[in-house]
Order: sequence, then C-alpha cells, then structure tokens
Amino acid sequence: MQRRRILIVEDSPTMRQLLMFALKRLPNVEIVEARDGMDGLRKLTGDHFDLALVDINMPVMDGLKLIRLIRDEEALAHMPIAVITTEGAEEDRARALALGADAYLTKPVQAGRVLAVVRELLKV
Amino acid sequence: MTQREGDLFERATEFLAMFRRGAEFTRELVEENARLRRKLHELETRQSDAAQDPKEWERLREELTERIQGLESERQDALERLRALEQENRHFARRCVEIEEENNSLANLYVASYQLHSTLDLPEVLRIVVEIVINLIGAEVVSVYAHDEKTGRLEPVAAEGRDRNRFPALAVGTGLVGVSVERGEILTREPGAAGAAEEPLVSIPLRVGDRSIGAIALFSLLVQKEKFNALDDELFALLAGHAATSILAAQLHAQSERKLNTMQGLIELLTR
Repeated sequence: MQRRRILIVEDSPTMRQLLMFALKRLPNVEIVEARDGMDGLRKLTGDHFDLALVDINMPVMDGLKLIRLIRDEEALAHMPIAVITTEGAEEDRARALALGADAYLTKPVQAGRVLAVVRELLKV
Repeated sequence: MTQREGDLFERATEFLAMFRRGAEFTRELVEENARLRRKLHELETRQSDAAQDPKEWERLREELTERIQGLESERQDALERLRALEQENRHFARRCVEIEEENNSLANLYVASYQLHSTLDLPEVLRIVVEIVINLIGAEVVSVYAHDEKTGRLEPVAAEGRDRNRFPALAVGTGLVGVSVERGEILTREPGAAGAAEEPLVSIPLRVGDRSIGAIALFSLLVQKEKFNALDDELFALLAGHAATSILAAQLHAQSERKLNTMQGLIELLTR
C-alpha cells in the first residue's frame, strides 16, 4: 500500500498533538506539522503531500490565504485540503469551500470525524 | 507420412474425441431421462394408490404434515438465531461507539494534561490553558484569573475572545467566579439560561490542595457548540487540578529565577 503524507498546518500545539493522535490510527501514513500558514506553504512547495489539514486563524499567514496560494500553485492545485477551525459561521464555511477547500470541520473536533474525512479525501 | 497427412490425422483424432464426448453426453442424457420417467411413474402410482386407499392417503398426509411442522420449527430456530445475532450486532455497534468516544475522551485528556505540563514559562502555561478551553471545549470568550494573595482579589491574567482589560478584577465570595473559588467547586450555568450578563457559563476554580491559585471562567461558546457534554466535565476537572499545578509551578519557577538573578547580582557586586 502506498505511503500517504499529511501536513497539519495549525498554530496550536494542543490541536497539532490531538490531530497527530487521531491520524496515527491510519496505516501507512506519515504526518508532518507546520506551525502557521507560511511554514505550511514552505513545506508544501518543498515536498510532496497527499493531504493538508489547515486551521484558519493563524499568525504570519492565515489558512484562507494559504488555501488561495495552494490552489494557485499548479503542482498543488488538486491536493485535497480539509479545514479545521473554530469559525463555525456558514459564511466562513462557504468562503473556505469557494477558495478550494474540500472539507470543513469545526472545533472541537471528534477524532472519528477527522478520520472519516481524511479517509474520504485520501480514498483509503 | 507427409505434413498434410499428419495434420489430417491429427484433426481426425480430435474430431473422433469430440464425437466420443458427444456420444457420452447423449448417453448420460438418455439415462437421466429414463430415471426421471421412472420417478414420475412412481409418484403417479403412489398418488393414484393414495387416492384409492384412504389409509395410504392419510399416511401420506401425516407424513407431509410432519415434514411441514419440521420445516416450520427449523424456520423458527433460524429466525431466533437471526434475532440473537442482530441483537449481538447492535450491542457490538453500541460498544464500538462507546469505545470510540472513550478513546476520543482519553486522547483529549492526555493531550490537555501533556500540554499543561510541557513548560514552566507562565505566559506559555496561560496560553495553553486558554488554547485547551477554546479548542477542546469550544469556548468563544474565556478569561483566566489569578488569585492575588495580598489583596485577596481575582485578577484577570489571560483572556481570549475579548480584551483582557475588559474583564474586571473580582472579589472572592461574590458572583459565580468568586463563589466557585471560595467553595472550591466547579459552578455552571446552562448556555442561554437567565442570569447576569457578565456572569460566565462556567467557573473552574484552580486549587492545589487548600491553596487557591485562581479560576478559569468561560463566558460564551462557539456558535457550533450548543451545550456541554461528558467530556467537557472531564476537562473541567482536569483543568481544575492540572492547570492549577502548572500555573503554581510556573509562578514558583519565575520567583526562583528572580531570586537567583538577584543573588547572582549581589555576588557579582560583592566580588567585584
């Protein structure tokens, strides 16, 4: 089975650790962390990833800007993106999806829900 | 033998084998046909005998009734087994959901506890406390109060969702936060319930043994968070104990660092 690489772009160490915990239950997955949008973009453009989990409210570069830049990048245009955020308003969801996010989850998240979305996006 | 004769011989052999297989198949068909004819004749004879002989007819009827009853009983057994299996499946599905929830709760509690004890830097500890309340519980507006032992008041030291300066200092024993600190109890107010506008939904007193460290107050929840659940109660209890020890440890560490710096300064002055 092909090894999948997932990037978690999240400024909260607590959330990063919680997401790592959940994703480690998937077989054949390598998880990489980025602490803000800029760090995320650097890692995404420097290496191959099969999926990105992106927070919206982050320092340096927010998640929405990161999504826009990812979709503008030809090599990353089709990489699945799941947003995990505290922003639960419908307009925030619509904005993120319009920019090119493939899934939108609101905090607090259940590990099972995250895994279900990741499995769907990775088709595993 | 020439090549052409060889090919012809080979094809003739193949044709012969095919013909033999056809003959064998036809013979089997004829035999099966004869067997079915005999069976039909036997059944017709039995039916005709039974029709003429009431005893034979009765015996045949009883035989068939017994067979039907046997099949009915087998069907009943199968249905009962199916029902038992379905019940077992439902039980396993429920257990699976419960285990998934327990797993999720344990992961949240482990991560919260791990993060709280990951640093001795006070601002970092306070940031982690707020982060846990926002990300794992789903609070929108939160404030952390430190208990000032000199004045006896609760001073806001960290906040999220609203500027820290907008949270006033509180007196112990007054309001939801003050009473919760005085009693050492987690006090809650249902979201949407009537009450003073400035009163929080939850107040978590922070204590280490009998020593009051402060409190965490949750004033409102994220739009997608409708109400508190069992995991939130576990997190409140965890924060009450672990956030208190982390904050106290960080405060003591900061104090000892300050004392150490002062001592070093003095030593430097004396040895100059």
